[in-house]
Amino acid sequence: MSTRLATGGRLIDRTKPLGFRFNGKRLKGFAGDTLASALLGADQMLVGRSFKYHRPRGIIASGVEEPNALVGLGTGARFEPDQRTTTTELFDGAETSSQNHWPSLETDIGVLNNWAYRFLPAGFYYKTFMFPRAAWKHVFEPIVRQSAGLGKVPTERDADRYEHAYAFCDLLVVGGGVAGLSAALEAGRAGKRVIVWEQTAHWGGRSPVDGGQIDGMAPEDWVAGVLEQLAAMPNGSLRARCMAAGLYDHGYVLGYESVGDATPGDGRPRHRLWRVRAGQIVTATGAIERPLAFAGNDVPGVMLASAVRDYVVNWAVSPGDRTVIVTNNDDAYRTALVLLDAGLVVPAVLDARETPTGELIEAVRARGVRVLAGRGVAKVKGGKRVQGVQVCAQAGEGAVLEEIGCDCVAMSGGWSPVVHLWSHCGGKLLWDEANACFRPDPSRPPTGADGAAMVRAVGAANGALRLPEALADAGGPPAVAAAEGPMAPVWVMPQGAPPALRFKAFLDYQNDVKVSDVQLAAREGYESVEHTKRYTTLGMATDQGKLSNINGLAILSDALGQAIPVTGTTTFRPPYTPISFGAIAGEARGEIFQPLRRTPMHEWHEANGAHWEPVGLWRRPYSYPRAGEGLRDAVNREISNTRNSLGMLDASTLGKIVVKGPDAGKFLDMLYTNMMSTLPVGKCRYGLMCNENGFLMDDGVVVRLSEDSWLCHTTSGGADRIHGWMEDWLQCEWWDWKVYTANLTEQFAQVAIVGPNARKLLEKLGGMDVSKEALPFMTWAEGELGGFRARIFRISFSGELSYEIAVPASEGMAFWKACLAAGEEFGAMPYGTEALHVMRAEKGFIMIGDESDGTVIPQDLGLGWAISKKKEDYLGKRAQQRSFMDNPDRWQLVGLETLDGSVLPDGVYAVAEGHNPNGQRNVQGRVTSTYFSPTLGKGIAMGLVHRGPDRMGEVLDFPADAGKVFRARIVDPVFYDKDGEKQNV
Amino acid sequence: MLTLTCPCCGMTVEETELAPGGEAHLKRFGPGSSDAEFEGYLFARKNPRGVHFERWRHAYGCGKWFLAARCTATLEVFGTYPAQTTEPPASIVAAIKARRPDWEGLK
Amino acid sequence: MGMRRYSAFAVAREALRFHQGWERAWASPAPKKRYDVVIVGAGGHGLATAYYLGKNFGITNVAIIEKGWLGGGNTGRNTTIIRSNYLQDPSAAIYEKARALYEDLSQDLNYNVMFSPRGLLMLGQTEHEVRGYKRTVYANNLQGVETEWIGPERVKELVPIINIDGPRYPVLGALYQARGGTARHDAVAWGYARACSAMGMDIIQQCEVTGIRTAGGQVQGVDTTKGVIDCGKLAIVVAGHSSVLAEMAGFRLPIESLALQALVSEPIKPCMDVVVMANTVHGYMSQSDKGEMVIGGGTDGFNNYTQRGSWHHVEETVRALIETFPMISRLKMLRQWGGIVDMTGDRSPILSATPVGNIFVNCGWGTGGFKSIPGSGWAMAELVAKGSPGPLAAEFGLDRFREGRFIDESVAAGGAP
Repeated sequence: MSTRLATGGRLIDRTKPLGFRFNGKRLKGFAGDTLASALLGADQMLVGRSFKYHRPRGIIASGVEEPNALVGLGTGARFEPDQRTTTTELFDGAETSSQNHWPSLETDIGVLNNWAYRFLPAGFYYKTFMFPRAAWKHVFEPIVRQSAGLGKVPTERDADRYEHAYAFCDLLVVGGGVAGLSAALEAGRAGKRVIVWEQTAHWGGRSPVDGGQIDGMAPEDWVAGVLEQLAAMPNGSLRARCMAAGLYDHGYVLGYESVGDATPGDGRPRHRLWRVRAGQIVTATGAIERPLAFAGNDVPGVMLASAVRDYVVNWAVSPGDRTVIVTNNDDAYRTALVLLDAGLVVPAVLDARETPTGELIEAVRARGVRVLAGRGVAKVKGGKRVQGVQVCAQAGEGAVLEEIGCDCVAMSGGWSPVVHLWSHCGGKLLWDEANACFRPDPSRPPTGADGAAMVRAVGAANGALRLPEALADAGGPPAVAAAEGPMAPVWVMPQGAPPALRFKAFLDYQNDVKVSDVQLAAREGYESVEHTKRYTTLGMATDQGKLSNINGLAILSDALGQAIPVTGTTTFRPPYTPISFGAIAGEARGEIFQPLRRTPMHEWHEANGAHWEPVGLWRRPYSYPRAGEGLRDAVNREISNTRNSLGMLDASTLGKIVVKGPDAGKFLDMLYTNMMSTLPVGKCRYGLMCNENGFLMDDGVVVRLSEDSWLCHTTSGGADRIHGWMEDWLQCEWWDWKVYTANLTEQFAQVAIVGPNARKLLEKLGGMDVSKEALPFMTWAEGELGGFRARIFRISFSGELSYEIAVPASEGMAFWKACLAAGEEFGAMPYGTEALHVMRAEKGFIMIGDESDGTVIPQDLGLGWAISKKKEDYLGKRAQQRSFMDNPDRWQLVGLETLDGSVLPDGVYAVAEGHNPNGQRNVQGRVTSTYFSPTLGKGIAMGLVHRGPDRMGEVLDFPADAGKVFRARIVDPVFYDKDGEKQNV
Repeated sequence: MLTLTCPCCGMTVEETELAPGGEAHLKRFGPGSSDAEFEGYLFARKNPRGVHFERWRHAYGCGKWFLAARCTATLEVFGTYPAQTTEPPASIVAAIKARRPDWEGLK
Repeated sequence: MGMRRYSAFAVAREALRFHQGWERAWASPAPKKRYDVVIVGAGGHGLATAYYLGKNFGITNVAIIEKGWLGGGNTGRNTTIIRSNYLQDPSAAIYEKARALYEDLSQDLNYNVMFSPRGLLMLGQTEHEVRGYKRTVYANNLQGVETEWIGPERVKELVPIINIDGPRYPVLGALYQARGGTARHDAVAWGYARACSAMGMDIIQQCEVTGIRTAGGQVQGVDTTKGVIDCGKLAIVVAGHSSVLAEMAGFRLPIESLALQALVSEPIKPCMDVVVMANTVHGYMSQSDKGEMVIGGGTDGFNNYTQRGSWHHVEETVRALIETFPMISRLKMLRQWGGIVDMTGDRSPILSATPVGNIFVNCGWGTGGFKSIPGSGWAMAELVAKGSPGPLAAEFGLDRFREGRFIDESVAAGGAP
């Protein structure tokens, strides 16, 4: 059994006991524990079930590489699935539960025994489940889905918050072990701005556990000294619990800091996402121990040798009373010594090497431990817990030589440098024969904006696995550690393991990928490492192959008869370990998940019951329904009121761009399809803009402010885009033209005063002459209106007598309220975007985005009058001369009126006879805008119809839902007040 | 995540401050040009895997457009320069040649 | 070379002998001197082109040449969505053809590609988007594509984890294609490869084309890292690298190569059966059979061949999806990656003859590549076999850019995958 030792534990504080629950059971740990160490301390080795076969799984590692020990953590709005216990700090009251089983962890009916899982090798689902056709979706897939998928589903909105932070530095050091600290100290002393991140809560990496001496000191003491020095530097910054998640182009590094994970509800952000631009990056990310592939290596109680010693030294937890050590290298002997020092039993060390010799080995022998050379594990005995190992010759085929009783197996297959960050952005690897591992190739590093190396790997991350080498590699002080002899690569144990053993030798513990699966993939031609990965799912689990990948590709290489570096690795992708979506989103959630643009009158709309419609990043009132009034009724009321007395629209979102300069007229003539240079001062003119492809992209009223300046109104969504468009042409094509532009959209509030009583309201406000004579249609004036500095544009998008009044944004709200107050006696009432749309449709005015959709040219919309024939050139003119566009055989704008007065559905098509060669029904037109017109008491619509204007009076069929066919007649698109009598007053 | 130096304001800025604008040094063809010329101007793109000239706007900064010479295979930046030119300046060409001796020049 | 059939029985038989008897799924031959047709690119589109050349036209003296490993490009790095609810007639025709072929593909190839018509929703979150999708539904009904417009309550029924009344963009309804869904992307490439190999075609991996040989305006063959290979016809089917191959043949394409990113969460138990696309906020999500939430967004904006994208796009996508599915906030991103898509001037694909005789291109699928594979291969095979396009490919020629005859899908859903 695993248990808490009576003494020791460098990271725990026995004076601070913490209570937590696992599957409802109350357990105890100490401050400084991880969830994993606390579970082990409470004799909970079995913690989960595997992904595919639902086999019992125990804790195998002590860090980020853990594939098995994932739990659900928390409850309700703070529940999180797939939480890695080996890196989660224990806190009082933590609620944890195991995953992927039913009905319970101990008894999972989904478990597949050795016999059954033979029928489910890698890729079996590609070969089966094909008949009958519907069975995949309805029978097999639901079973697969239900049995896969590890964690439970969170159900509530996250109760926590997250934040983003930014930093810049000359050097970012990733990893707070002795190599990283050495590199940081050197750079800090040289005056560089240094940031050091350590993913755990503790500094020093493996050195405090593994021992040795640095600069004549115990590693822990040396680390403490360096931390003090770094902390004292004004140019240094140390951050623990911060994992470098990804390395991106041009020195961009993403850091994932755990802030409030262990203190839920204290108001701090749960995670902080750091976005750092670093001049240089040092990866001092250490190395990860590899498991060995022998039969039964997944039985709970089989652990990494380094993890076993971490649990003993760091947390005073004994994973087992009797621990057999299996290794191909000297380092694992440190575990034997640690166990012996703790008073635990090590029945034997099985060393796959024929003649292991060296300082550590002799030290273990000297303690009376049997060291069996040339031996390996034939098979682990036990189901939910190790009961013993069967010993065999590593060189043989698994004949059992003896059986040793034990409850823990500590295995070591050697070490793999953590090369993830090095690789994220294009760094290449080379194969290190001596340590049988990939390590960074310094001649092919990731390169930055200048094409030079931007990353340097140091220490174990660079393949300098032993303490003295690691420090030398990082420019640190001299160090001493026990000398180690060469390791021997061991990819399968025993070397000649027959199928029956390979079938139980696991590579990827979470995804249940075995040695036999990789060999099967190779046999079937899935020879690329990417094919093998995808076919077997090797390395696709939540640990992303940290434990399994090197073993897997060694076995693949062997099966293909090629060297490991020829096989290569799969691509390392961010993040290094999984990071929360909450952290990725940061503070931008809810109302502000995107920026929100508000007009100066926004608060009034909100207070007065506006039903919002998003328009770009703006919100505009769709209408203002009153209590008990439906949306549709509200819109009809707003229209009737505007047509009959007085409506007010917040038009502030309209784009307002000033174009000024000696060449401004010439410029606008290129930008708009019609002439703007000839517009007299004081006048307004409607204009169209096309892109270079000839398609209509924006429209609006252009105002001649003065001899050298124009004010261009754009659509609400279009202001920024059009301003960018103008600047593009001015800066990149006609840079010698003297023109200046300014986007003043947010500098002005704009209010449309619309309806028969509009003039009365303005006259009541007073200060400017708004008479028919002084301010005729399509003119403007500047002055003081009711005490407000104002520009009045007499333009109309509704066909009514209408003034649009611009005032400084800061006075917008006051002006709006003043208009409402003064207009009360004339029936003033605000109206929203829907009323605006209906009224413009009643008048046959087009709307960008409705009548135009990026495939429509002005000629299609009967807007030929707004295209100058005199101009040699304007943007889009050449495009409109191409054969498909310069052609009357196109769909063109008409009005549509149903025979029964009903409202045509949005977007419905008019059918034509027959079908096209692809069997699709031929069509001859479509509806672009359709509304119920309260003014006319019937449905009205606009649409694009093949040669439509030539076909007035024809009736078209529009098949709609459920077999209903609408019949509509082609009519003039101007439905209301064709002669414009209402606005010419 | 690119960083580029805006030649107008001199700042080296984050990609998030910039708006990309596609291939640089396109010659505009308007009315009077042939169909082939116009199609080439509007659509035919070099899209090289390697040295590329492109347009950027310092959209959330000084607002100026500028041009960049960049490698699309490594994202190395050879230099940036003002947009008011029809071909890359000699200094940029030299910087590219120094890094990519096999480069055949802007075609 | 024949093909041993896959079945549950075969798996059971092999289980008894520890699966030692399985044969290679596809052969790995050295190239011959000459082929009737050489296809550059052994991704889904290239392999499907080869398959239908053999199946529909009896042309089997075919080599499919691949720079890396088959299926290793965009076929193996997309978000596996299959739909055909396109607005414009030519798009709807070819995507629906593809979707219909997907329905029977596992049986046709004797390889389970796990096509799962789980249903697909495109959320309407602005009045403008609602109108666009309603228009699409009416168009689809006339095109023979089964889609419908559904209201927010029905959306909530289909996707219980969705938040339909978010503060900024409440869900106003959705364009629903019940027979849209997902398939296992790698299996599509592998299944086609196995079937092509069984027809005697040569799939030549690790073989990069370094030049294209022409004479008198006609293609003669290709230079490769495995020597010269002569051909009667050449099909270039290399999404992401189309411009590079076109350059070798001496012409330019209306294409830009852009990075498109995707990511997955850690696996959780089934919580979302349908595919949901939220185009106003730029994010889409489905759940894989393994339990991962599979997520994508829009493309990056600059030319890029690195298969790495810019991080801020991931942030935007995740933000959008947390607003749409608040429960994902406490899930974790397991892996992110990028692919290189080629984008045309009108965001629609190109299946076309080229200025060089007997060279044909299939490219420009942008973000729609995976879902179109069978239809694209079907139409491309006809184009290559006959030398001129059939009705499915007729509108997708290069000539449209000169004539101004575009097929613009952004009308309904800006850049949806």
